[in-house]
Amino acid sequence: MNHQYDVVIVGAGLAGLRAAIELGEDTRTAVISKVFATRSHSGAAQGGIGAALGNEEEDHWKWHMFDTVKGSDYLGDQDAIEIFTRDAPRTIYELEHMGVPFNRTSDGRIAQRAFGGHTSNFGKAPIKRACYAADRTGRVILDTLWEKCLQRGIDFFNEFQIMNLTVRDGQCCGVTAYELANGTLHHFHSKAVLLATGGAGKIYRTSSNAFASTGDGMAIAFRAGAALEDMEFVQFHPTGIYKLGILISEAARGEGGVLHNNEGERFMERYAPVIKDLAPRDMVSRCILREIQSGRGIDGKDYVFLDLTHLGEEVISGKLSEISGFARTYAGVDVTKDPIPVQPTCHYMMGGIATDTDGRVMIDDQDQTIAGLYAAGECACVSVHGANRLGCNSLLDVLVFGRRAGRSIRRYIHTIGFPSISGDDPTGETAEQIACLMDSTGEERSSTIRTEMQEIMMDNVSVFRHGDALFKVMDKLRRLKERCRYISIKDKGRCFNRDLLDAMEVGYMLDLAETITLGALNRTESRGAHFREDYPDRDDKHWLVHSLFRYAGLKPPHFLTKPVNITDFEPQERKY
Amino acid sequence: MKSTFIIYRYDPAVDTEAHYQQYTLETEPTDKILDCLNRIRWEQDPTLAYRFSCAHGICGSDALVINGRIELACQKLIRDFRTANNFVIEPLPLFNVIKDLVVDLNPFFEKHRHVRPYLISDTEAPERERLQESDNQSFFEPALRCILCASCTAACPISRANPDYFGPAALLRSFRYLFDSRDTATGSRLAQIDSPDGIWGCRTMWWCTDVCPKGIPVTKCLGQIKRLVKEKEKTKT
Repeated sequence: MNHQYDVVIVGAGLAGLRAAIELGEDTRTAVISKVFATRSHSGAAQGGIGAALGNEEEDHWKWHMFDTVKGSDYLGDQDAIEIFTRDAPRTIYELEHMGVPFNRTSDGRIAQRAFGGHTSNFGKAPIKRACYAADRTGRVILDTLWEKCLQRGIDFFNEFQIMNLTVRDGQCCGVTAYELANGTLHHFHSKAVLLATGGAGKIYRTSSNAFASTGDGMAIAFRAGAALEDMEFVQFHPTGIYKLGILISEAARGEGGVLHNNEGERFMERYAPVIKDLAPRDMVSRCILREIQSGRGIDGKDYVFLDLTHLGEEVISGKLSEISGFARTYAGVDVTKDPIPVQPTCHYMMGGIATDTDGRVMIDDQDQTIAGLYAAGECACVSVHGANRLGCNSLLDVLVFGRRAGRSIRRYIHTIGFPSISGDDPTGETAEQIACLMDSTGEERSSTIRTEMQEIMMDNVSVFRHGDALFKVMDKLRRLKERCRYISIKDKGRCFNRDLLDAMEVGYMLDLAETITLGALNRTESRGAHFREDYPDRDDKHWLVHSLFRYAGLKPPHFLTKPVNITDFEPQERKY
Repeated sequence: MKSTFIIYRYDPAVDTEAHYQQYTLETEPTDKILDCLNRIRWEQDPTLAYRFSCAHGICGSDALVINGRIELACQKLIRDFRTANNFVIEPLPLFNVIKDLVVDLNPFFEKHRHVRPYLISDTEAPERERLQESDNQSFFEPALRCILCASCTAACPISRANPDYFGPAALLRSFRYLFDSRDTATGSRLAQIDSPDGIWGCRTMWWCTDVCPKGIPVTKCLGQIKRLVKEKEKTKT
C-alpha cells in the first residue's frame, strides 16, 4: 500500500511528537510507531526535566551548561550544549502553556527539585533545577503532546514497524513499514524522514527499558549509510530494583533519599564529598559496584539499599508515588518503612545516529549528510550528553532537538518537490527480506540468540570493561550474527506476528552491540560511563574525540573519530 | 513450582471460533504474569499474540482478564494470586478480538478524542508559566495517573450495554481538563457531556474504580463532574 506525506516521523515518543507539532498545519505529516503512541517509552521518564528557571533558588543557563559539560566528562559538544541549556526555560514554558501539569510552588509557579550532577555556581552545591509532575513527568508530557497532535489532526499509523529507509542518490525519500495487525507492507513516500525511534536498552540483560527499545531506527539508519556516534557510552542508572531493573527515579535521591551499604554507611559521602548521593549516574553506578566488590553489598549479594524511610508520607505520596508503587508491587517493600534493594540497570544510550544541532543525519567525519534524513531524541547523538548524561537532561534533549529537527525539516521541504522513486517497487527489498526469514528452515530461535547477547553484553560491556574481554566479545557477537541467518519463524501467520519482529529486532540489536563493543575496545581510556579497568584514567591527549562508526556489511564497522567542540569550558579533572 | 496457563486463542485466519489452549511452565512466586506469557511465546508457542511494552505498569499495553478479573499482566505476580498455580487468561471484554489476547482499542481512543482531551484557553499565554495553585492541581491529580489501558471502560457494565456511552476513561479525561484552572472551556465541555451518553450514563457502579491498576478513584472523579453540572445549573436558574 502506498502513501504520500510531506514528512514521515518514525516514533511517537516525545521527540517525534514535538517535531510533529512543530511541522505545522500546512505540512502533511504521518507519525508511524511500532507501539500505540501513548505506549512510547518516553512515558516511563519519571523524575523531571531540567531548566534554569530559578523558581526555587538562583539559577543560570550557564550553570546548567557547565554541569552538562562536566557531566559529559567533557565529551559533549559545547556549542550544542549552549543551545540546549539556553533553550531550556522556553521549552518548559511552552510545555506549561500546552497544558503539562507540573507540580507547583506555594506561590503557583513551577516547582523544581534537585537532581544528580546539577549544581549552583559551577559545582558549589546541589541545586533545584528539575521541573516535575510527581514522578510521572514523562508520562504527562507524552499525554499532553499526543493529545495536542490529536487536536491538530496529525495522522498516526500505530503498530507499524519501520523496515527500511528509501534512499535514492543520497537522498532519503521515504520508509517502508510493516503493519503488525495484518502483515501488509506500506510505503510512505516523503520529502523528509525523521527518525525518533528511541534507545536500545534491551541489548542488556538488566534494563529499565521497554521491550520496544531495540534500537530499530539506529540500526536501520546505520545500514543505510548514516554514521553512529559515541556508541560505547551506555548509561547504567544506579538505582534499578534488584534483579528486575525497574527504574527508581533519581528524584528519590533528589528529594533526600540516600544509598547505604551493608554496614549502614552512606557510602557516597566517601566518593563525592560535595554532592554525595547526587553525584552523576556513571559515578554512582561505579560506586555501588565497588561497594559490592568490596564485600559491602547487602547480605553479601550484588545490591545496596536506597533508603527513603526518613522522607515522610507527604513527600512519598505527593512526589514519589509511582516509584513507591513499583517498590511495593515488585519488591514487596513499603518505602516508608523499609529501604529498597537496588543495583545498576541499563538505562540510556548517550550514543546514536550522528546529527547536527538541527537533526540532520551525518554519514562521516566531514559533516556530510543524507539529504532529507533527520534524527532526534535518544536514537540521535547531537552530542549534548557526551560520555554521560545527567538526569533530567533527556526529556529536555527530546523536546529541544525534536523541535529543532521539526523546524529545520519544515524549512527543507519547502525548498524541494517530492523526490522521484520511479522504477522498482520501493517495498520490494523488504518483501524479499521478510520472505527470506519466513522461509528459513534453520533451527535457531531469536529468543535464544537475544538472551545470549544480553548475557554477554551485561557481563563484559556494562559498567566495568576490560580489553581482553571486549576482544572476545567482538568474536562472540560475530558468531551470534552468523547464527541469525539460521533463525526460523515458527509463526507463519500475518496477524500480530511477533515472531517475525523478534527476529528483525535481534538483528538490529546485534549490529548496535557490535558498535558499542568496538567503541569500548578502541577507546583505551576511561571517560564518563565508559570505564576500562585496564585504562582507568581519562586520556584527553588521545581520546578527547567522538567515536564514529560506519556500517561495513559483513565486516566489523569502520571506526573514525571526530573532534569535540569546546567553547567555554576547558577540560578539567571531574570531581564532585 | 509448576503453573498452568489456560489461554484464550483466536486467529481470524484459521479459526472459526475461539478456543482455549493450555500451557505449563515452571514459575517463581515473583514472576510477573507478563514474564510467563513471554516465556510461553519464546519457549513453547511463538504464535501467541498479546501486547506489552514497558513491563512495569506505565505504558498501559497489557490489560487482560486474569482469572476473571481485569489486571495489567506486568503488574501482577504469581504470588499475588491465591489460585497459586492455575491461571485463565483472556482478552479484555467489550472490544473486538484481533488475535488471541489483542483487542481493537480504536473505539476506545475514538471516545477519548471525542472529549477534546487538550487544554483549551481563551487567555493569552504569559511570557513565563501560568500560575496555578497546588491545591487545584492536587484536585485533578488522580486523573494524571491514567495510562489509557482501557481496564475501566472494559469493566464498565454501562459501556457494555450502551455502545454510545463515553465510558469512564474518556470522562476521566474530561474531569482532568474541567478542573484544571488553566482551562477556560468549562461551559462547552459540560454541555458536551451533560447527556445520557455522557456523564449521566454513569450509574455509580464502581467497577471502574475497582479494576483501575493505578488506583484512580474513577467513580469519585465522575461524581465531581456530576456535582459541577448541577452547580452550574443552579447558578443559571
